[in-house]
Amino acid sequence: MAAVAAGPGPGSGPGDSPEGPEAEAPERRRKAHGMLKLYYGLSEGEAAGRPAGPDPLDPTDLNGAHFDPEVYLDKLRRECPLAQLMDSETDMVRQIRALDSDMQTLVYENYNKFISATDTIRKMKNDFRKMEDEMDRLATNMAVITDFSARISATLQDRHERITKLAGVHALLRKLQFLFELPSRLTKCVELGAYGQAVRYQGRARAVLQQYQHLPSFRAIQDDCQVITARLAQQLRQRFREGGSGAPEQAECVELLLALGEPAEELCEEFLAHARGRLEEELRSLEAELGPSPPAPDVLEFTDRGGSGFVGGLCQVAAAYQELFAAQGPAGAERLAAFARELGGRYFALVERRLAQEQGGGDNSLLVRALDRFHRRLRAPGALLAAAGLAEAATEIVERVARERLGHHLQGLRAAFLGCLTDVRQALAAPRLAGKEGPGLAELLANVASSILSHIKASLAAVHLFTAKEVSFSNKPYFRGEFCSQGVREGLIVGFIRSMCQTAQSFCDSPGEKGGATPPALLLLLSRLCLDYETATISYVLTLTDEQFLVQDQSPVTPVSTLCAEARETARRLLTHYVKVQGLVISQMLRKSVETRDWLSTLEPRNVRAVMKRVVEDTTAIDVQVGLLYEEGVRKAQSSDSSKRTFSVYSSSRQQGRYAPSYTPSAPMDTNLLSNIQKLFSERIDVFSPVEFNKVSVLTGIIKISLKTLLECVRLRTFGRFGLQQVQVDCHFLQLYLWRFVADEELVHLLLDEVVASAALRCPDPVPMEPSVVEVICERG
Amino acid sequence: MEDDAPVIYGLEFQIHIIDFDDENNIINKNVLLHQVGEIWHISASPADRGVLATCYNNTSDSKVLTCAAVWRMPKELEPGSHESPDDSSSTAHTLELLCHLDNTAHGSMACVSWEPTGDGKKVISLADNHILLWDLQESSSQAVLASSASLEGKGQLKFTSGRWSPHHNCTQVATANDTAVRGWDTRSMSQIYCIENAHGQLVRDLDFNPNKQYYLASCGDDCKVKFWDTRNVTEPVKTLEEHSHWVWSVRYNHSHDQLVLTGSSDSRVILSNMVSISSEPFGHLVDDDDLSDQEERRPEEKSQEPPQDSVIATYEEHEDSVYAVDWSSADPWLFASLSYDGRLVINRVPRALKYHILL
Repeated sequence: MAAVAAGPGPGSGPGDSPEGPEAEAPERRRKAHGMLKLYYGLSEGEAAGRPAGPDPLDPTDLNGAHFDPEVYLDKLRRECPLAQLMDSETDMVRQIRALDSDMQTLVYENYNKFISATDTIRKMKNDFRKMEDEMDRLATNMAVITDFSARISATLQDRHERITKLAGVHALLRKLQFLFELPSRLTKCVELGAYGQAVRYQGRARAVLQQYQHLPSFRAIQDDCQVITARLAQQLRQRFREGGSGAPEQAECVELLLALGEPAEELCEEFLAHARGRLEEELRSLEAELGPSPPAPDVLEFTDRGGSGFVGGLCQVAAAYQELFAAQGPAGAERLAAFARELGGRYFALVERRLAQEQGGGDNSLLVRALDRFHRRLRAPGALLAAAGLAEAATEIVERVARERLGHHLQGLRAAFLGCLTDVRQALAAPRLAGKEGPGLAELLANVASSILSHIKASLAAVHLFTAKEVSFSNKPYFRGEFCSQGVREGLIVGFIRSMCQTAQSFCDSPGEKGGATPPALLLLLSRLCLDYETATISYVLTLTDEQFLVQDQSPVTPVSTLCAEARETARRLLTHYVKVQGLVISQMLRKSVETRDWLSTLEPRNVRAVMKRVVEDTTAIDVQVGLLYEEGVRKAQSSDSSKRTFSVYSSSRQQGRYAPSYTPSAPMDTNLLSNIQKLFSERIDVFSPVEFNKVSVLTGIIKISLKTLLECVRLRTFGRFGLQQVQVDCHFLQLYLWRFVADEELVHLLLDEVVASAALRCPDPVPMEPSVVEVICERG
Repeated sequence: MEDDAPVIYGLEFQIHIIDFDDENNIINKNVLLHQVGEIWHISASPADRGVLATCYNNTSDSKVLTCAAVWRMPKELEPGSHESPDDSSSTAHTLELLCHLDNTAHGSMACVSWEPTGDGKKVISLADNHILLWDLQESSSQAVLASSASLEGKGQLKFTSGRWSPHHNCTQVATANDTAVRGWDTRSMSQIYCIENAHGQLVRDLDFNPNKQYYLASCGDDCKVKFWDTRNVTEPVKTLEEHSHWVWSVRYNHSHDQLVLTGSSDSRVILSNMVSISSEPFGHLVDDDDLSDQEERRPEEKSQEPPQDSVIATYEEHEDSVYAVDWSSADPWLFASLSYDGRLVINRVPRALKYHILL
């Protein structure tokens, strides 16, 4: 505005403006607003009106608050060329004219309004004068009214007091009437049996009567009342003692008696005695259900009945007691607690007896539901009577049952395992009768494994019920911590796996040394089972357990690796034992064959002895059997056509080295020397060396044992020439067939060489058979 | 310091007397020819050190019969005689036959055992299923069968081994047949106890604890060594399973019966320390008055250590099956073992253990 005001010449008329003032006005007003705002430092209007304007402090801004015409002119003159100066001059002149015309328009427009405003003000002045008069009149009228009102109330004052007094008298009279009528009312109430009403009347009147008993009339009333009250009390007691009615009615009786001022101590005793009677009745009925005869109702029904009957009753009693005898203080509470403890104890004993009957087997879910009911029902009295420790005792019972249940499941798992073993034994025994070769060991293994696993899972599922969310006791610390970790994980799962290993190991230690007790196939199967456990099942089962039971307990648990190691050790022992047993079987065969034969007077060998064929057959059978369960294993690389190895290897080719001298009795010393030297270079053979988990290793073990036995037996005998030759033939035969089973065929050769060498040493007339003949005989046989 | 060792060399059977000089570590060998046949068992008379008994194979045509005989060795070879012949290794001496134990009626002799104490007049021999007690008369030149007993049962029963107990006035003998160990009273020749299935397989050898009268060690083909209390034969007192093949021989040390030596056909000799069942049990205070002997004294500090049965040492010098082990009768810390290849190894108890036991 200042900018506009700075330049206008007074001479410009309103008509000069080419455009109408009406069109111009809003635009301008807005502009003016913007200016005001700008002036008062409100920047937002500016932002709304124009795009971000120039610096408001700029003295060259025409519309700015700090506009300085001199500076502006200076600036213009300095900066602008002439043409632009001219332009801005004309522009400015045009603007000034427009402003002038605007101003004129405004003045014209508002002139009429000023005039009408002046008129209005004048008129108002007149009106107000009239109103003032009226107000004065109103004031005088009001004063008159006040005066009258004060006079009226002064006149009424007296009456009011009298009325109040009369009302008081009336009330008193009514009370008196009530008192006088009291005896008859009481009698009526007693007759009608409205004891509550009677006690209420009596209560109301008692204090008054007490106070005015020195007045004869009141005294009479009091006496009457007392008689009636005594009668009332009598009746109430009578009703209370009869006890036929339920606990709430009894409680009512007691309440009324208390209100009548009967001694609380005595009432409390009596009340409890009655309650005891009722509750004992419940207990008796429960006990009857237990009975000597098998329990007819299932455990759920039992606990239900106990819960609703006994526990409900106890709850009612406790609630009523606490309500009635709250004034008794700690002594009363203690009495109630003792009462609850005693009866609760008996109830628990009954429940435990019933639960004990359930331990034998039965449905876990049913049991858990029963326990849940039991526990849930006891929470109410538990909360009511914290001192009696009912909830704790109940929790303890539940825990005990849970523990026993775990034990039961462990037992069950063990039994299942043993059952599986029995099945396997039968399965192993049965097909042999049918004359069929080897039952499907792999199948049996799979059956056993899956059956045990399913048993484990079933047990887990069964005990899992104890920790289900909806079960009331599952959030007890025992069920969240110890039950999961120590009970289920350690006690049940780890315990079972351990006991399984032990059972399996016991087959190794049993007097099965004689070979008869445990079928070797069972050993093999168990070994494989344990190995499978080591590799997969244990970690699977434990992970399953940990997942299901979210073990939170911090107590140490057996790590998987320890269990695995145990299982592996068991598997190893079983397999070793298997090797021993099978080795023994073959050993005995070989031993009998060496010991019972007369080697001195035997005939020239024509055939391989039948027992050797039998040995090879048995070994093949064992090979098949082991192959069903164990992998092939690593075999020491040998020349490809080992089977073609000729007899010469352990006889002719080494003749100069080992055997030939022994056949010529002339140089005995050399034999020993040379044989010793040779042994220095061959590795010692560990006969009962640890077995690895593969077929080749197992077979190697068995063959080693058998051949070592053969060797020792041969050394105890004396051979004739043909005896020696028979041994040659037998050994060659064994060599032909046994190499394929072992890891290192060199071993078989070494042992067989040793056998023949020993036989030669034990022969007074050692003339070995021609290798070619030996071969022929073996190939024929 | 003497060990007798039978070795079979071709058809020439010899007995070697090996003299071990402890101080100089020198081994001296004397050869005695045993011309009647190969020797399967040998035992020296406890009373007369020049007398020994052998069981030998008598092979005739197609028959092998094991016989037994008592021999006397030449005077100059008797152990302890210091006049050692210079050419001992070259010349072979011959044994003087004292008597045969006639077994034609009883079958093959398995073993001969002398009465441990006494005058060396009594010998038992085991022949097939018979147990024979002989009286040697007229300075052992005549053997008279004093009494005998035989084992009856199904199958062919055969004694494999037998030992004469040094306790009970030498009236007890233990024998092994198959898997059973039996005890006999030599006065009545009747069985007094029987450990059926003492081992899973054949029992190979027995030995009595020299200091504890009811204790007996046995070993067998099940690779185990078992210790028995003959008063309770249902369970072994202790079982050792250190060997990996048949155990052929077990011997208690003559003085310190916690030291037990075993030899096995896995070519190993194992020396075990069976403290818990020895006559010198740990921490058990016996009144030492009569045991004033230095070897038997146990000072107090020993009672601080827990008793532990353990393997002291495993000797692997042998390349082949070890068939016999025995302790020296002169030096309680010395023992020898003999293997199939004819190697005789003499070993000492480790010094540390020796001092541990002594001190």
